[in-house]
Formats: sequence, structure tokens, C-alpha cells
Amino acid sequence: MAMLKFKINRFNPDDERRGHYAQEYELDVPKGYTVLDCLNDIKWKQDGTLSFRRSCRSGICGSCAMTINGVNNLACETQALALKSAVITIEPLRGYPVVKDLVVSLDPIVRGLMAVKPYMINKTPPPTDQERLQSPEDRERLEGLYECILCGSCTSACPSFWADKEYIGPHAFLKAYRFVADSRDEDARAHLEALDDKHGLWRCHTIFNCVEACPKDLNPTRAIAELKKELVKGKMG
Amino acid sequence: MTIKDPETIHDVEGVPVHSVHRHDVVIVGAGLAGMRAAVEASGEFDVAVISKVFPTRSHSGAAQGGVAASLANEEEDHWEWHMFDTVKGSDYLGDQDVIETLVKEAPVVVREYEHFGAAFSRTSEGRIAQRLFGGHTRDFGRGGPVQRACYAVDRTGHVLLHTLYEICVRNQVRFYSEFHALSLIIDEGICRGVVAWDIVNGGVHVFHAKTVMFGTGGYGKVFKITSNALANTGDGLGMVLRAGLPLEDMEFVQFHPTGLYLQGILVSEAARGEGGYLINDKGERFMEKYAPEKMELAPRDLVSRSIQTEINEGRGIGGEAYVYIDLRHLGREKIMRQLPQIHELAWKFLHVDCITDPIPIQPTGHYSMGGIPTDIEGRVLLDGKDKPVKGFFAGGECACVSVHGANRLGTNSLLEASLFGRRCGKSITRFLRENRDFPDLPAGAAVEAIKMVQKLLSASGSEKTAEIRNDLQVLMTSKCGIFRDEKQLGELKVELKKLEKRYENVSLDDKSERFNTDLLEALELGNMLEFSELIVEGAYNRRESRGAHSRIDFPDRDDKDWLKHTIGWKKEGKVRFDFKPVTITRFQPKERKY
Repeated sequence: MAMLKFKINRFNPDDERRGHYAQEYELDVPKGYTVLDCLNDIKWKQDGTLSFRRSCRSGICGSCAMTINGVNNLACETQALALKSAVITIEPLRGYPVVKDLVVSLDPIVRGLMAVKPYMINKTPPPTDQERLQSPEDRERLEGLYECILCGSCTSACPSFWADKEYIGPHAFLKAYRFVADSRDEDARAHLEALDDKHGLWRCHTIFNCVEACPKDLNPTRAIAELKKELVKGKMG
Repeated sequence: MTIKDPETIHDVEGVPVHSVHRHDVVIVGAGLAGMRAAVEASGEFDVAVISKVFPTRSHSGAAQGGVAASLANEEEDHWEWHMFDTVKGSDYLGDQDVIETLVKEAPVVVREYEHFGAAFSRTSEGRIAQRLFGGHTRDFGRGGPVQRACYAVDRTGHVLLHTLYEICVRNQVRFYSEFHALSLIIDEGICRGVVAWDIVNGGVHVFHAKTVMFGTGGYGKVFKITSNALANTGDGLGMVLRAGLPLEDMEFVQFHPTGLYLQGILVSEAARGEGGYLINDKGERFMEKYAPEKMELAPRDLVSRSIQTEINEGRGIGGEAYVYIDLRHLGREKIMRQLPQIHELAWKFLHVDCITDPIPIQPTGHYSMGGIPTDIEGRVLLDGKDKPVKGFFAGGECACVSVHGANRLGTNSLLEASLFGRRCGKSITRFLRENRDFPDLPAGAAVEAIKMVQKLLSASGSEKTAEIRNDLQVLMTSKCGIFRDEKQLGELKVELKKLEKRYENVSLDDKSERFNTDLLEALELGNMLEFSELIVEGAYNRRESRGAHSRIDFPDRDDKDWLKHTIGWKKEGKVRFDFKPVTITRFQPKERKY
């Protein structure tokens, strides 16, 4: 147990005159409590007006991505005492419009995702009564690409997105590459098309913030590099 | 604020009605059942999906281990074997005609996922890889375990959920993300739509539809220790009861054997499938006593009871309420290749490195076998037996077509949700070809829903949602958990009535309309209180032990009196029961031994 202070960024759309402000709560935090457990405790026992998204509380749904002591992370996966700080500062993910308190608009995430045709494209019909075959080696190429939970942490941390709100974003690039790299997908061009754009790939300045921000240890920067290669290959060929 | 149909919507003071949306199909819930149905129907009709979370955040995504199908990619397997295991696993309460459909269509459904782009793990020949899972055996239970679970590392649910979302996007399914459904519009036995609350902006919306499908998922959150998401509050079941429809077999609640100690978060059965051992305080592999042949790969009800017995008899680790699952002998390489997510979860939530240390686990509230009664086509049944509600369908965990009976085998839930989601989609398509017109929207269709929200937003009582919910969870766990008896259940019946009374006096801190999660949690609690009574009354009523329903005072299965399904209604605050026979085709009930 330790008494911690939580400094939480608040915003109420019905009270815009007040704007964004920080509110402090104190909580006796037991061992094993995650930041999400703390937020729930505060909401349930101290202040029911505090709003944040949460669902699975096991690191798989991506709802509770937020900025904790300056770092993007899933609140449900962050042990509060492991932060080793007497004051824990919690803000909504940066770069997105804030809906209320720690809740941000998901619109930019969805918009970027839609741009890359985020589904497998086949021109030939699948075999009857059988799966499409894929060698374990070809399947291996998808490791690190298919695990994205669309929490939005990466794009939130990206300076290119801060500068250009229509930037497609690392989460969508990772998704695009997940299909480009898939031996079963038959139209890489369709996924790449939107990327060759002023809001697309070339705005990535390889700052690696997305890699650092990803709570699932994925590497969108690597995917972006591969996609750039594919695009150049297409232009030269 | 626009009201398109002022004559049919009554704007109750204080809560605006924003608009009326019209779609051929309105699906509530964006998990595997809902989205699989959406994929199926969207080829021909205009489909909308309402979900209180963004679609890829549905709880289907947390399923780890696999999806069952007798593909025989790794070794000999047959649908008949899968059928026998499912019937036996269900403790003979599953309906065998439906189970036959489940196991016969399973390979088609799994291969379709692959065709949609799902990233399954592969065999060396490039086929979908398969692994062992509890209760799945060869040769009608006479042989050893069989590799029947198709998997994508230990992220199977994630892969399937995202794949379906992708195909829905491709098919231009219209998503209403972060809309919380409040009530069903049913009039003269015909379903005409649903009313929902816009979580982001506030306001009530009416969804006028030719067909409605519920894929609203499970309700694990009525228990204190649960593997379920915070969102799993069984909202669909609450709405169905309020609409005067029955629920089936609600007393059958599955406790998964291996939840992370205190957190309840799931350690997938894949851990045992890959060879993990269960160990008590004395270092014994105690499953030897309970299921000498199948050991850790016995079905979930049996393993959960075994663990709880060890704990109750003082052989939990250090006398505490947990035992160990030990993966150390599998070695780093196998753990990181086949079970990376378990490694991550154990580390992040318990700070245990399962390569060098065993993981503390305890049984955790997991899955509801019961739910909204449907027929094999996914049509919801007005009487729970054979009278469909026109235009209303349900699939997945919220539904009870009864393939799981009294206990569900691991990997059969992703299968059931997908397969019956698909069947719902097909039934909806057939229905719409014959029913081209919108049914009339009754006057005041949204009044009940608006009143519900309005009451909560303006209430000034002394009770708090979180306190009542916590009391509910603690009571349900202690008195209606793995082991039950008449005394405790009787006490719980009384306690639930008290909680319902307290809920009448609940008030919110947040009175605003936009992203009001305080309101959302109160609405969810209302649903939980609504159907919890059915679980408890059902468990009180059923005087036998079968599958996951284990009565200390009636330890034996009683086929003479209880080989039947429970159908339960709520009328004027009282629970009323009816029963229907179990369909038995190929396999006569016999003693269930592992």
C-alpha cells in the first residue's frame, strides 16, 4: 500500500469555458493495482463524473490507452506502484480531439485505417473444401504485424500526425503492411495506393516514436520502411 | 436536434430524441456472432451494427486458445468424434440435432475465416495448425486427446475478430460505434427495431429495422472473480426479459479453471493443451485423483471443481485460495512460440515469469451456457420452444440454441459464435427476401427507454451504482459459484430482492449527456440485476448436479426428473418456469467419466 496522488487532465464538453484543467485525487494503492484499477477506484468511490474508456482490462482490446506520466500505455497493463512516482499524471492520448476527460475521438484512427483498404484482397477464388495453403515461413512474416489492437498509442505519439491531422498514421501503415506481406493477398497496389500521397508514407521522418509508444511491442517504423521499398520498387519496375 | 418522425416518437422531457435510422438489418453487438452475421447479410441487404464499444474491442478478441473443427490436419479426426465429445461435455443436456449441425459445419466456417484472411498458425504442409484442448478426444472418448483446436498462436480470438471487422469494412457494413442499446421494439409478436443511447454525444436514437439480431455476449461481470471484460454485463438478456421474453438454462454458468489469482484474467486452456500441469501446495499433480485418464485435459467443469476442492480442503498454495499452473517444463522456446500472450499476461499482472516460475491461478467466472432461446436458424423463440418472434434473431454467448448444454468444451465458443452468427445471417437474408417492407413503428416506441435514462439522469437517491454492483458480485460468487446448495441460494434470492430495491434509489454523480460512463454503468447494473435472478432461481430450482451446475445437496445427475431445459420468465417481478425436453438423437445419456 502507498498513498499516491493522481493528477488527471479533465475536460467537460458541456463546460467549455473551463477548458482543460488538472484535477488531483489521492488514493491508497494496494500492491498489484494497475492504473486502470486506480482510475476505477477513483470513479467508483470518489468522483463518478470522471470519464475514461475501458473494457477487457487484460491488454487486448485497446480501450484504455492513455498518456501516463508522459508515456502512452494501456492503463490496464500498467502497474501503478511500478511507476515509482508519488504523483501519477494521466492525460488523454495526445493529438486527438478530446471528447471528455480521458476519452479521445477515434475518428482519425478509423479514417487512416480506411485509407489502406484494411482487408485481404484476392483476385482468385479460394479452393473448395480446403484452406489456402501458406508455408510456416510465409506465416512467420506476419509476426509483429497482425497483433495490433488499434489502441491509437502510436499515431498519438507521432510528430507527423501532430503536424498534419490527415496523416494516415503508423497504425494504418502497419495494417497495410500486414496485407502486403501476406503471401495470400493478391493486390499489394490497392493497399499501397493511398500511401503514395502527401498525407501518406513520405511524411514519416523515422522518428521511432511509434515504436516506443506501442504497448504491444510492435514496430510500425519497420513496416513503413518495408512499404517505402515496395512503393519505390513499383515506381522503378 | 432533428426528429424525423415526430408522430411516432414521444420526446419525453429532459432527454432528446435525435433521429430515426432505418436499416434492413440492425445487429446489436460487434463480436464474432454479430459481425459474422453482418458479413453474411451485407452481400444483399443494408446492415447496421450497433456496439457499445468500437467493434475490435469486443470481448471475442480476448479468446486465446483456438476454434474447434475436425479438419484432421494434424491427425485422424471425424465430426462424429467431435459430436460425441460435445454431447458428453454438455453432460447430455445439449440438443444433439443442433450439435450435429455445429460439428458438421465447423470445417466450413473455419476455412472461411482463412479465406477471409485470418492469420492462422500453420502445419509444415501449410494447412491450419491444430492443438489439444480439454474434453476433445478420439474414437468416441475411447482414445486419447485429439488435436482439434485450430489456432493463431495464442491470439485466436483477436485474429478472428479483426478479420471479421475487416470483411465488414470491405462489405460496407454501417457501424454505430459506442451506442448502448436500451430496449427492443416488439409489438404484436413482431420485432421492429431497437432504441439506443449515443454514448459519445448523448441522446436517444431509434433504429427502425425489418430484422434485429442480438449478439450481445456474456455476463461474467455478475461475478467478483471473472475472466470477462468490464463491458460483459449481459445487456441483451436484460432487454429480452424487459420485453417479456424468456431465457433458457440460465443456471449453467461456466467457471474456467485457470484465471490469474485475484485478477481472474484468463490463462488460456492452450496452456494445458500444450502440456501445462496443475500443482497443489504439496507439489502433487492433483488431477490424478479426479480424472486419472484425461488429467489436466479433462473438461472445464471437472477441472474447476477439482481446483476448488483442493483450495477448500486446504491444499491451495500456502493455504491460500490458489494453486499453480506450471509451464516450466515446456521450456522457453515453446512458451514464447506457442504461448507468448500467457507469458506477457502473467508477467504484467502478477510479475511472474512463467519460464522460471509457476503461475498462481484460481477458477474464474467465464461463460454462460444459457441465454436467449433460439432455434437452429437463430430465430428467437417467444415461448422458448417453437414459436419464433418475427424478425428477431440471436447468436453467440447471449443465445441458447443449446450446443453447450450444461458445460461448454474449450474452443467450442468461438465456433458456436461464428457458426450461428453465420446461420443467423443466412436466416435473416431468407427472411428479408420474403418480407420486403418495414413493419410499422408503434407510437411511443422509445418512451420506455427514454424514461429509463431520464430517471437515472434526474435521480437524487442515496445509493451508488458501484456499491450495489460490488455487493451483487460478492454475493453471486459466494452463494452461486462453483458449488451451490439450497440454503445459500435461498438466502441469495432474498438478497437479490434487496439489491433491486436499493437500485431503485440509485443516483449518479454525472448528470451530463456526453460520454457519461456513470450513466452507462447504472444502465448495465440494471440489466445485471434483471437476469441474475434467473440464474439464482434456476439454480435453486434444479435439484441435481449436471455439468457446471454443482449442488452439494444433490450431488448426482438426475436424468429421470431433470433431463430437460429450463425456460424462465419474469412477470411482475416474479420468476416463472417452464421446461422443454432435450433432443437426443445419436448418443443416449450415460455416466460421464474422464
